[in-house]
Amino acid sequence: MDKLAPMNFLLKLSHAIDALNRRVAASVIWLVLIAVLVSAVNAVIRKAFNLSSNAFLELQWVLFSAIFLFGAAQALQLNQHVRIDILSSRLSARARVKIELFGTLFFLLPVAILIVYLSWPVFVSAFESGEVSANAGGLALWPARLMMPLGFVLLLLQGISQAIKCINFLRGQGDNPCLR
Amino acid sequence: MLALSLIMQDFLRANIAPVMFVAMIIFLLLGYPVAFSLAACGIFFGLIGVSLGLLQPALFQALPDRIWGVMSNDTLLAIPFFTFMGLILERSGMAEDLLETIGQLFGPVRGGLAFAVIFVGAMLAATTGVVAASVIAMGLISLPIMLRYGYDKRLASGVIAASGTLAQIIPPSLVLIILADQLGRSVGDMYTAALLPGLMLTGLYALYVMVIAVVKPHWVPALPKEAHQKGSALQKLFRLIVVLVPPLGLIFLVLGTIYLGIATPTEGGAMGATGALLMALMRKRMSLSLLKQAMETTTRLTAFVVFILIGARIFSLTFYGVDGHKWVEALLINLPGGQVGFLIVVNLLIFVLAFFLDFFELSFIVVPLLAPVASALGIDLIWFGVLLAINMQTSFMHPPFGFALFYLRSVAPPKVTSTDIYWGAVPFVLIQIIMVALVIIFPQIVSVTQGAENATEVPNMNIMDTTDSGDSADKALDQVFKK
Repeated sequence: MDKLAPMNFLLKLSHAIDALNRRVAASVIWLVLIAVLVSAVNAVIRKAFNLSSNAFLELQWVLFSAIFLFGAAQALQLNQHVRIDILSSRLSARARVKIELFGTLFFLLPVAILIVYLSWPVFVSAFESGEVSANAGGLALWPARLMMPLGFVLLLLQGISQAIKCINFLRGQGDNPCLR
Repeated sequence: MLALSLIMQDFLRANIAPVMFVAMIIFLLLGYPVAFSLAACGIFFGLIGVSLGLLQPALFQALPDRIWGVMSNDTLLAIPFFTFMGLILERSGMAEDLLETIGQLFGPVRGGLAFAVIFVGAMLAATTGVVAASVIAMGLISLPIMLRYGYDKRLASGVIAASGTLAQIIPPSLVLIILADQLGRSVGDMYTAALLPGLMLTGLYALYVMVIAVVKPHWVPALPKEAHQKGSALQKLFRLIVVLVPPLGLIFLVLGTIYLGIATPTEGGAMGATGALLMALMRKRMSLSLLKQAMETTTRLTAFVVFILIGARIFSLTFYGVDGHKWVEALLINLPGGQVGFLIVVNLLIFVLAFFLDFFELSFIVVPLLAPVASALGIDLIWFGVLLAINMQTSFMHPPFGFALFYLRSVAPPKVTSTDIYWGAVPFVLIQIIMVALVIIFPQIVSVTQGAENATEVPNMNIMDTTDSGDSADKALDQVFKK
């Protein structure tokens, strides 16, 4: 049995996850434009025609939530999340990748798993009870409730991909995932 | 062994808040992304707290609610809106036109180009809420001209970087929106309060250039005759009016609609972004790839900023659960000197922390801990917020998060070294400190209008879960009303 086979599989998995999150992000960016237009049009219509729609107001923050929940995984992939690297920037590339692996395994993954585990039942109960926002004419809440576990699943997957890339680098192969 | 672990447990039980606080600093210093380090610290100590019997296991059930509170907070929508607007504006060429025309207007005076940069910086600051756009434009347009006509390299780069950071204090600043949200006050009140300090800062920058023009005239020479633009005074006036229309239009779209009660501050950002987009289209400065670039950058920035907030909320769930805020309060409230002592310590703290944390981290992690103490000491939170905003402005002017410096570096010619840029910013950091001191000595500079609380709030917009919008802020709010 080839000793490299498991690593090859993992690398393929990592590539697949990266591709998935790239695709998600490529669609999510359009929500920025949509949210801007919905918000601006909503303000104008409210003043001009004295029409206030809670559904439109809620749509704005649902779009906003989608932007950051579904955009976070890609931000992780591109190493865009802010760090305090005054100390770690003095370390060797290897040491930093070790920290990255440690952080991914013990910070990111547990947090993501816990939030998925806790937020999924919230979605299920919103879906089953047909929860609607408390505002008159408000939206059904289950799609927004669903976005939380979905977003964190994407983040969880990206965490797994990052961990694989870290291990690969530490084995002396592949690019440094901390450099972009 | 058993005895030792019991002693450990007793120690932890009695000191869990300070231990957690120190652990947070260690977690953050590891250099893993702040958002996840904070969240992990919160969950880790949540587990410890539960196992020590200090916290109920049900605590974790509140986690989805904490995140839901961030999702349904429509003030935070201002983050993508203003970021997007700034990015589009950067491409629209508006700043370039302004600088060229106003530079011609002021150029013949000694120090004139520097005044033009300050004036245009303030103008752009009133248009947009983020730094990038103005610094890059001024670095591209004004810096080469200033250097060509013999301006001191450090002064020129300092003026440009500092004038760019005016976007952080002059409404519709994103900093003020975030601080208003974290302090639980209305954005409109925050804007009104920050207006005078913002203009005063602009004035202080100009005053500094005036002093330089007298003391070191060779640093800021007047434009020679041959560099003057041709044309009669009337033509110049006409050109001036033409270039002033787009920014004034945008200022109306954003600030005007907010003050007239047409739009919320968030919607003001959307109006401004739409306006900037239309303007860029009309000037044929827009393309699909530019639009995509702006949306990508906006998405990424929004994601990492909001995740810092999510991390901070998860951290604070546990930290407040173990009464960490009371520990911080006890620590700060007994400082010698009462209000003034507290203000001096807090400002020194923020100033120093600004070398390690960026503005968003300061607002999400540090400000919620300070706000209850401030209001317990009888300090108005709007006034406090503006003071912090002026202080935090320095973090854009010095390494390592001095975005104004980085943006300038990216467009400055090679003969301007990074050292020049850093040293150039120092006098303006000092001006900033002077301004902080002025606000503390003359608190009336920051006009606090208490009456029209949430005047710009949309009617019938009882967005859910207001209980979750910053527990500290709510408590702070109560305290303000008690006093």
